[in-house]
Amino acid sequence: MAEAAIELVGINKSFGAVHANRDIHLSIPKGTIHGIIGENGAGKSTLMSILYGFYEADSGDINVNGRKVAIRTPNDAISFGIGMVHQHFMLVENFTVLENIILGAEGEALLNRSIAKARSELHRLERDYGLEVDPDAIIEELPVGLQQRVEILKALYRGADILILDEPTGVLTPAEADHLFRILRQLKDEGKTVVLITHKLREIMAVTDNVSVMRQGQMVATRKTSETTVEELAELMVGRRVLLRVEKGEAKPGEVKLSVRDLMVKDSRGVTMVEGVSFDVRAGEIVGIAGVAGNGQSELLETVSGIRKAVSGTVMLDGKPIDVSGVTDPGDLRDRGLAHVPEDRHHVGLVLPFEESENAILGYHDEPQFLRGPFLDRGKVVAAASDQIAKYDIRPPNPHLKTANFSGGNQQKIVLAREMEQDPGVLIVGQPTRGVDVGAIEFIHKRLIAMRDMGKAVLLVSVELDEIRSLSDRILVMFDGRIVGERGPDATEGELGLLMAGVDRKEAAE
Amino acid sequence: MSTPYAKLPAWADYGLIPLINLCVAFLVAGLVVLLVGENPLRAAGLMIEGAFGRGQYIGYTLYYATSFMFTGLAVAVAFHCGLFNIGGEGQAYIGGLGVAIACLTFDSIFPWWINFPLAILGAAAIGAFWAFIPAILQAKRGSHIVITTIMFNFIAASTMVYLLVDVLKPLGSMAPQTRTFLPDAHLPKLNWVIELFGGTVRSSPFNISFLLALLMAFLVWVLIWRTKLGYEIRTQGHSPKAARYAGISEAKIIIITMMISGALAGMMALNPIMGDQHRVQIDFVTGAGFVGIAVALMGRSHPAGIVPAAILFGALYQGGANLAFEMPNISRDMIVIIQGLVILFAGALEHMLRPQVQALFASFSPRSVGLPAAKTGGA
Repeated sequence: MAEAAIELVGINKSFGAVHANRDIHLSIPKGTIHGIIGENGAGKSTLMSILYGFYEADSGDINVNGRKVAIRTPNDAISFGIGMVHQHFMLVENFTVLENIILGAEGEALLNRSIAKARSELHRLERDYGLEVDPDAIIEELPVGLQQRVEILKALYRGADILILDEPTGVLTPAEADHLFRILRQLKDEGKTVVLITHKLREIMAVTDNVSVMRQGQMVATRKTSETTVEELAELMVGRRVLLRVEKGEAKPGEVKLSVRDLMVKDSRGVTMVEGVSFDVRAGEIVGIAGVAGNGQSELLETVSGIRKAVSGTVMLDGKPIDVSGVTDPGDLRDRGLAHVPEDRHHVGLVLPFEESENAILGYHDEPQFLRGPFLDRGKVVAAASDQIAKYDIRPPNPHLKTANFSGGNQQKIVLAREMEQDPGVLIVGQPTRGVDVGAIEFIHKRLIAMRDMGKAVLLVSVELDEIRSLSDRILVMFDGRIVGERGPDATEGELGLLMAGVDRKEAAE
Repeated sequence: MSTPYAKLPAWADYGLIPLINLCVAFLVAGLVVLLVGENPLRAAGLMIEGAFGRGQYIGYTLYYATSFMFTGLAVAVAFHCGLFNIGGEGQAYIGGLGVAIACLTFDSIFPWWINFPLAILGAAAIGAFWAFIPAILQAKRGSHIVITTIMFNFIAASTMVYLLVDVLKPLGSMAPQTRTFLPDAHLPKLNWVIELFGGTVRSSPFNISFLLALLMAFLVWVLIWRTKLGYEIRTQGHSPKAARYAGISEAKIIIITMMISGALAGMMALNPIMGDQHRVQIDFVTGAGFVGIAVALMGRSHPAGIVPAAILFGALYQGGANLAFEMPNISRDMIVIIQGLVILFAGALEHMLRPQVQALFASFSPRSVGLPAAKTGGA
């Protein structure tokens, strides 16, 4: 094995009583792409934060290029040649690319000299790594893929030899992700070391040389990527065998439950987010809406569920119109059998400071069954919550625990349990497994299929293409506020990826 | 990792931390006393003596506390809905008009136990009305409630001056105040309660509106934590988006909450007017509306915290008067400084010492912070 670019020896880190990293040993050879996978909360980000100087380890050593170093601040990390590309970009949106790149490395009070230097350096990096980007473009006008490229350039400009990428593909289309992987390979060929943190097994298989698996704060295994399988990695991550593909029977679509025609929605700034969208969802089928985040799916969901006003268009629920352009009360829609699992469970679907039982009735709190005059019938509320907890295996099974203290997966189960238990005719689901661990994903997927098989109409929006493909009976692809194509569940990822990027193959062929 | 520190048990969260903050505030206040050239320990002794030293002093302490309870509850109810009602001062002041109307009209007709409920209704209705206007401006037009309620304090003050000088003042009187109410519009005193516990009270304004304040504290608790309306108020306060999702009308809930808040603030007027002065005078609120903000902050917007916080501020008021009397170097403004420090440490810097306390708890017993020792941190 080549010399290690990074070697971690016995790293420990606790936050109060929480042992986030325990006795981590890891060696990353120079000039390789090393993947680190693990579920949410496994300690990946903590470990990388220690490496980048956001936290200091309680004990243990860090060796960079064979030399023991102390990394106390991000500046130390940069001086040792470690660069980091964050999941949420650290860019000043209204600055140009160049201004962002010299930010923090300005050098002197007047900027003209450092800008000129940065410009020539940027040209060299472009040439060497194929990282083209217009240095004078304003960041907020660039697509997400290019913004990420600026983050990479920022790290390289500071002389990074070791590049850490934290969940880099979460915001990218499959094509953009592939492009990123090409860049990473090129960086590797130039002798750089890349650390890729992700929870997507496919990416690990596609691009890494070695992979390390974290579970509950521990490093449970390191494998050569060529010698392992997706199944093995999933099992290592979760600690038990996982069903990766959902098993489901043939859909038996019935009558049209939800019908959307020529919907147009603008956001609060007046920008058109949804335009000319029409589709039907039938009883007993799951219709998936695929698309890169920010292409109007969120607005579509909010409008159909009565939270946001439409500019024009009609939505029919069970053949009767919903007043989407006027004042719609989400409570009325609930009474009419439309349940909604919102994309943002932290701010919309749940009130985190509430105790679990209070969230178990959110939106259904004015149903007579939970009321005694003006008072909430606490006994019945807690009984309903306990019932949901039992049926959906929500852990810990305590209806009086503050909702914020549940894990992401269990919080999502609280929302799903509440919405599904009301026996709705139509279920609208946004990002059902965002930030949810693998074990809970399996459970949630099974539940959604079960709802379909009970004859419910399910509208599913997700940015996880795998999820859309494995659950949906029909797939609609949204791009720039429009539905640009409909495909069956057997559509290939490449085909959907092109649609998601706004390229219709038929159009492209013409 | 989003929350590097573990949670605290409730008693530490609601009891220990405010207590520590209070001690820090007093410590800094002691330094100020030292700067003025007086002995802070003696000053503290004088204040405690002045607040609780004699039955009569206790009566005054509880009299002030009564006013602060009403205004503190008013601020707290609005807090639960995510609204910052700074207008308690004005709502209380204009609430005095409701008391005046009830008392001046009926004091020759009904006995006190009928006049009292009528005055409660009058004070609450006018206080609620005074909060209704900023509320509807917030709900329908988005005018910020902090700005509008501050402005309504000034409008209330000007209106009351006009009414007291030009409308309510009896003919031939020189003082801008209403006539004195007849005895049937005076509230019974509660001094006998203090005497029951062995104190001797020569005279104090401590009256039964104290019991009304306690009843309101209980009703606020019932409202916020036991009713559907309270559930909706809390949902709106924690997350307006979740409230929208749950089908709760934002405009409706803002207006109702502000009217309840205004009604509670308005009831404060009962205490000085019917309980003590038996007439409406200029500026009878004397800052109680603003003290209510400190009381609500200190009491964590919970009635069980607001009652002791109001008594604490009542003691500061009464003890401060004694201090200013005994130590000429220290003026009554010293109390304002201490109040300011309490607001600063209990409100604005509430979380300053929290990490240290949490670390202390975590190191002594991980279980007490609600986490099994082996659980991992967030990614």
